[in-house]
Amino acid sequence: MSEPTSTQQTPRRGVSARDVIQRVIAPESTTWNTVLIVALAFFTALVLSAIFIVGSDPNVIQAPDLPTGLNVAWLDISGAYGGLLSGALGNPSTFLSKVGSGNAKTVASAFYPLSETLVAAAPLVFTGLSVALGFRAGLFNIGGEGQVIAGGLAAGFVGFSLHGLTGFVELPLALLAGFVAGAFWGFVPGLLKSRTGAHEVITTIMLNYVAIYLTYYFLSTKVFQRPGRSDPISKIVDSAASLPSLEGVNLRVHAGVILAVLVAIAVYFLLWRTTLGFEFRAVGANPDASRAAGIGVGRVVVLAMSLAGGLAGLAGANIILGVNYSVSPGFSSSLGFDGITVALLGRGNPAGVVAAALLFGGLRAGAVQMQAATSTPVDLVQVIEALVIMFVAAPTLVREIYHIRAQRGVGAPAVSTGWGS
Amino acid sequence: MSVAAGVTGAVTLAVTRAEVIRRRTLGVFFLLVAAAIAVLFGLDVPGTTRADFVLNLASAQAISVPDLVVPVQTTAFLLAAVSAFLGAVQVVRGFGRWSNVVLALVIGLFIFSFLAWAARDTSLSLVGMLQGTVVRATPLTLGAFSGLLCERSGVINVAIEGQMLMGAFVAAMVTSATSSAALGMLAGMLAGGLIGLILAVFAIRYLVDQIIVGVVLDLFCLGLTGFLYDRLMVPFQATLNSAAVVRPLAIPLLSKIPILGPILFDQNVFVYLLLILLAAIQVALFQTRWGLRVRAVGEQPRAADTAGINVLRTRYINVLLGGLVAGLAGSFFTIGAVGQFTKNMTSGRGFISLAAMISGGWTPIGSFGASLVFGFADALQNFLSVLNVPISSYFLLMAPYIATILVVAGVVGRVRPPANDGKPYVKQ
Repeated sequence: MSEPTSTQQTPRRGVSARDVIQRVIAPESTTWNTVLIVALAFFTALVLSAIFIVGSDPNVIQAPDLPTGLNVAWLDISGAYGGLLSGALGNPSTFLSKVGSGNAKTVASAFYPLSETLVAAAPLVFTGLSVALGFRAGLFNIGGEGQVIAGGLAAGFVGFSLHGLTGFVELPLALLAGFVAGAFWGFVPGLLKSRTGAHEVITTIMLNYVAIYLTYYFLSTKVFQRPGRSDPISKIVDSAASLPSLEGVNLRVHAGVILAVLVAIAVYFLLWRTTLGFEFRAVGANPDASRAAGIGVGRVVVLAMSLAGGLAGLAGANIILGVNYSVSPGFSSSLGFDGITVALLGRGNPAGVVAAALLFGGLRAGAVQMQAATSTPVDLVQVIEALVIMFVAAPTLVREIYHIRAQRGVGAPAVSTGWGS
Repeated sequence: MSVAAGVTGAVTLAVTRAEVIRRRTLGVFFLLVAAAIAVLFGLDVPGTTRADFVLNLASAQAISVPDLVVPVQTTAFLLAAVSAFLGAVQVVRGFGRWSNVVLALVIGLFIFSFLAWAARDTSLSLVGMLQGTVVRATPLTLGAFSGLLCERSGVINVAIEGQMLMGAFVAAMVTSATSSAALGMLAGMLAGGLIGLILAVFAIRYLVDQIIVGVVLDLFCLGLTGFLYDRLMVPFQATLNSAAVVRPLAIPLLSKIPILGPILFDQNVFVYLLLILLAAIQVALFQTRWGLRVRAVGEQPRAADTAGINVLRTRYINVLLGGLVAGLAGSFFTIGAVGQFTKNMTSGRGFISLAAMISGGWTPIGSFGASLVFGFADALQNFLSVLNVPISSYFLLMAPYIATILVVAGVVGRVRPPANDGKPYVKQ
């Protein structure tokens, strides 16, 4: 497994604004070319998705004449993408009138779309970081799903078991439980890889299913099952163990958002400011050379997978303690897989991951609004995301479409190494 | 990983030692299975307890045979003794190239004694369960064939899940619209092939990491089929999503064979296609010039290129073939089973196919065997309510996934991917 980008560069001290922006969007490339590629990838994905929207509308196909058809098609596209945008960021005019109203709750409601975007983005930051950390160490953590579930189960268990303690004790304990459980779910594939060479893609996928059935099992036990309910749902998390939120003003945004940013910074420091992080990146770049240089590759693989698992576990804890407040099947809602797209768009870089998570979180929040307003299915967002990643992963293709000349050393293709370790 | 020429000797030695360790590990594993059979399924059962295996299916045309009534405890102890003997031989001498066959046999013994124990004091339709196993294993095996067609030529196909979903969606839609299952099947295959083509272009032409393209294509197909389902199939349910299910087609004479008839020869066309493909791919890969070339491209593309084989064309063709087969596997979910498409209806079976392919050592016959194990676990769900199993059924459902982890970890058997699997080839 290789990294999404091929060149390595250690950030220098003394940064200019230009450096910062580049690091946010594409730390390894040295030009704005990459930014252009991402923008064009997004544009192309939106165009292709628009074709799917129009092509699947019977009113367009059955339109009596071309102008009517084009008109319907235009309304389709503008309605869907307009709904997406206002659901993610809000409608500017309603935003201004609400903010100007002076009533606290009305003012807060202006921020509802932004709040939803942040709520959707927070877990994506964690799973994106999880996959990105794996990429850095040359590992493909496709088991985020299982790790999210393990983390959510553990955080939920601690959350509903504790009572009467302050939030300063309960919340950290619940978060820690989520981290540790996720880390264990990553530790196992890491250990298997370092000891037997078992490829983490297969072992982590298998562990996803083990986690899913484990959820059903736990929710069928007296310890987890909420009294008086026959469906698989757990007891409710103690309020002191929940992530503080702005529900007082009807916003779902919670402290997990801040935690996500802090963890992203921590991962950045780990990767680029510590010896362990250097070892991760060295093993990711070239395990043979790392071994020759005296780095314990097996240890790095185990540690990296455990940490990646722990990060994904935090995503589960974030969902259970900040949004759902109880465990039920399917709460992970493919966060583990979405983490892959976030990490790829974020180029395996913590700041990039945060940016990508905000983007995709916005798409998620917007999609709900889009479906409500125009009955365009939310699944469209998944199509857009996948297309964006396809184009970002193949910059040569984007350049061919738009006739952009390749710059020297930019966007060299990621080269995979297959199942072998 | 490349190995310098100078250390080849040491590596050979290490492999030999690893072989010995693996042989013993496998032997110890057999012994543990023997102990498990005796303790779990024999020890606590009264000697008079019997299990009744029904060997007829009311719906089938096979000549009827009497039920198989077995004493549970004696069966367990007998089968435990057989496993223990095999384990002892494996530890001392080893079965060499027959190891995997013996492994399959021991797993079979374990499953049979489990069934005898689970069906104690009651009756269980063994043939019904095995028929269900084959049905459940069919899409998995086809998916595994798709994977191995691609990987034998050196391209990893993680997009099987997506290809299946597209195949399922398109097959349901075309069959509903045209009332022709053959057209639906063809369209389903083409839909899978289209995704295969995209995979091929990105992997071979644009050299994008194949596992990443595969995963992203899975997400793309999941999103697209979900989107089109809401958009087209929900409002036009009657015309676009109510396909007739392909009926079972009893093969004359063969379907009359007791036990084997209903399991293999009284099924629908997908099962027969599977059996034909099993034989065809096995022969084509290992007995024909085409197969030799494909394997050469997967193992040593540089050498194959030097010998005049068009590496890239071979890979394009194989990935396309793999897509077609995965599309066929997908068609099974709709027109071969329930007739209607639902969102994410494959629910990860494409990934299970991948695991079956790896567990099966990248061979058609091995993939089929591994898929049968998964299919059995899948089919078991339907029979759990009639069985006497005190442990939570969820642990039984986990078992095949844990078994796969063990297989991939090399605890049992040894699997080796094609040497250049997943590595793009750039002509120099």
